[in-house]
Amino acid sequence: MMEALTSAFSLIGTLDREVAAIAGLSLRVSVLAVALGCLVGLPLGAVIAITSFPGRQGIVAVLNAFMGLPAVVVGLIVYLLLSRSGPLGSLGLLFTPTAMVMAQTILVTPLIAALTQQIVEDADRDLREQLRSLRLNRAHRVRALLYDARFSLVVAVLAAFGRAVSEVGAVLVVGGNIAGFTRTMTTAISLETSKGDLPLALALGFVLIGLVVVVNALASGLRTYAMRAYG
Amino acid sequence: MRALLPIRIEGLSFRPGGRPVLKGLSAAITAPRITAVIGPNGAGKSVLLRLMDGLLTPDAGSIQFGDRGADEVRRAFVFQKSALLRASVAQNVALALWPEGLPRLDAKQRIKEALHRVGLAERADDPARKLSGGEQQRLALARAWATRPELLLLDEPTANLDPGATEAIERLVSDMAQAGTTVILVSHNLGQVARLAEDVLVLSGGRAVEHGPTHAILKTPRTPEARAYLKGELPWTSFAAA
Amino acid sequence: MDILCRGLIGFSLLVLAAPSLAQAQQHSITVASTTSTEQSGLFKHLLPRFTERTGIAVKVVALGTGQALDVGRRGDADVVFVHDKAAEEKFLADGFAAGRQDVMYNDFIIVGPKGDPAKAAGKDVLVGLRKIAEAKAPFISRGDRSGTHAAELRYWTDAGLDLNAAKGDWYKEIGQGMGPALNTASAQNAYVLTDRGTWLSFKNRGDLAVLVEGDQRLFNQYGVMLVNPAKHPNVKAAEGQAFIDWLVSPEGQAAIAAYKIEGEQLFFPNAAPEKRKAA
Repeated sequence: MMEALTSAFSLIGTLDREVAAIAGLSLRVSVLAVALGCLVGLPLGAVIAITSFPGRQGIVAVLNAFMGLPAVVVGLIVYLLLSRSGPLGSLGLLFTPTAMVMAQTILVTPLIAALTQQIVEDADRDLREQLRSLRLNRAHRVRALLYDARFSLVVAVLAAFGRAVSEVGAVLVVGGNIAGFTRTMTTAISLETSKGDLPLALALGFVLIGLVVVVNALASGLRTYAMRAYG
Repeated sequence: MRALLPIRIEGLSFRPGGRPVLKGLSAAITAPRITAVIGPNGAGKSVLLRLMDGLLTPDAGSIQFGDRGADEVRRAFVFQKSALLRASVAQNVALALWPEGLPRLDAKQRIKEALHRVGLAERADDPARKLSGGEQQRLALARAWATRPELLLLDEPTANLDPGATEAIERLVSDMAQAGTTVILVSHNLGQVARLAEDVLVLSGGRAVEHGPTHAILKTPRTPEARAYLKGELPWTSFAAA
Repeated sequence: MDILCRGLIGFSLLVLAAPSLAQAQQHSITVASTTSTEQSGLFKHLLPRFTERTGIAVKVVALGTGQALDVGRRGDADVVFVHDKAAEEKFLADGFAAGRQDVMYNDFIIVGPKGDPAKAAGKDVLVGLRKIAEAKAPFISRGDRSGTHAAELRYWTDAGLDLNAAKGDWYKEIGQGMGPALNTASAQNAYVLTDRGTWLSFKNRGDLAVLVEGDQRLFNQYGVMLVNPAKHPNVKAAEGQAFIDWLVSPEGQAAIAAYKIEGEQLFFPNAAPEKRKAA
């Protein structure tokens, strides 16, 4: 066990090429997925928060339920969509990083939308009358509320990133864990562990944990700063 | 221009969830500068103000602004406690200008003027939520000022403020009225009413019970409701207008 | 927030561009193979030689045999490289492949606790399995429709043993690959059927040792097939065939034989020139 740990640290310390490439891919896929998820999820959540329409309660319930979508299920669905024998097969995207981004985007978008909906609804409670008295149209209201709630929203986005970078089910199924091509930290850890090859698994595990810790530290630091600076 | 006067309120009824708050309220507001609306709690003062601003829709009745429809009148509302964005003072004022879609420089100019007017020019980049209560209400007035409203509605704007801050707000409201804005002010502060308002409208039980020049109403209220209210607010019977 | 948004979008566009810069998509094929083959390290050894020779990159998706054939059936791979002759021939007969060739074989072994409580050790796999069943000694099965799993089931049948009563008792199906099966066997000091390749690269042996080996029946034949381009026009037929041709060529076969772990050869090339059976 000790030797596994020491080899793990030396792998990290020397910035082993394989470790770096694998970590880089994880980051690329998850950052992109979260960015796309924000593009859709932030305005979607905000609009749902401030609009009343028939069936709104149902939509909110569905959104909240989808926050906990099992990653493997998302992976399976995307796999069936992208397979050559599936509806989107002609795109030839299965077993590529693009497929992984697609799957993770589907995974995090409901999470971002649901959290945004809750956060914006809270902000709207305080600001609604004021914003209406200013005669702002819906687009303006969304913009004002998203800006007002920006610190909470960034924390939500960081949470979504944590979810994306830590999941293994979706990227494994749609990516195929191809060496040097679609192997991420999580799929590599799962592979190396099953091979009984601990040093590489541990090294990747530490990098992953380190990443998650940094992200969470950023989130709480941001919250503290926001409280102090803006009240 | 005063073309929004007289403000004719006809048979206004408001029954949220079946509970009647305004019961056929009728009045005609004619004072060009400041009209105060007073009355006991629950009389419907805040609701009337919101109906005039279009924040609420009446169940019956109408409000006419001179010969114009409500949507043609530029209105601004100041709440008892202003809701501010987690942004700078200047950005909070800018918010009011979004609907107008002004070019950047014009907007900046207006914001600058408005902040200068209310004495917040040096605080333009400070976080709005960190201002004192009085400063926040001044910010609300700056926000209103920036839109150059024809009608300004204020719902107990100084209820939470100390005398110094109250005086500052009163001066600004008076300035705005002088500059041509018609003001409707809801207040429990009868000294304030006496200092600022030309006319007073007394509400009670969802109806308008008395309406007339401030000095007259405050000194010699004619209706029993008005008398009861004023007595409650002022235990001594005589009151000299400032 | 504006800056944050813009920064995030800008960064991700950059990030999106990066992989397409790094990727040479033109000359590559997708090969569906098995976890045991990949975990043995054969591909790491073999593929760079092929790529150097032809400039074609090979992307290996490593799954269980059943799943690999499924991927081929769906047209999501260009070449299928597995070790279950019966299933492969069915695949071919069903028209999903444009031909099949033998490539190499390796062998299965039974590993178990050093002490060998069931006294299964020896050269006969059927005898060994009977002994394990008699002793009701814990046995781990992959249970995942893989080539190894299919072989394991054949041996039990050939030994005349019916496992239905034993399932859940001493016979445990874990539904996973060779690595996890070995891990489980190591943790529980149980018997398990494994291919030699995975065993040799497996580092977590615990108390396990090789007990049954050398039986002719334990030889495990690998075959390679080109996914039928008539069924799936997207298949890179030329490059896929180039890979197959190289595998069975003297150069490819020599490369296979040259792969050793700790001095031991894992795979034995046995490609025979045979007529390609058109689907």
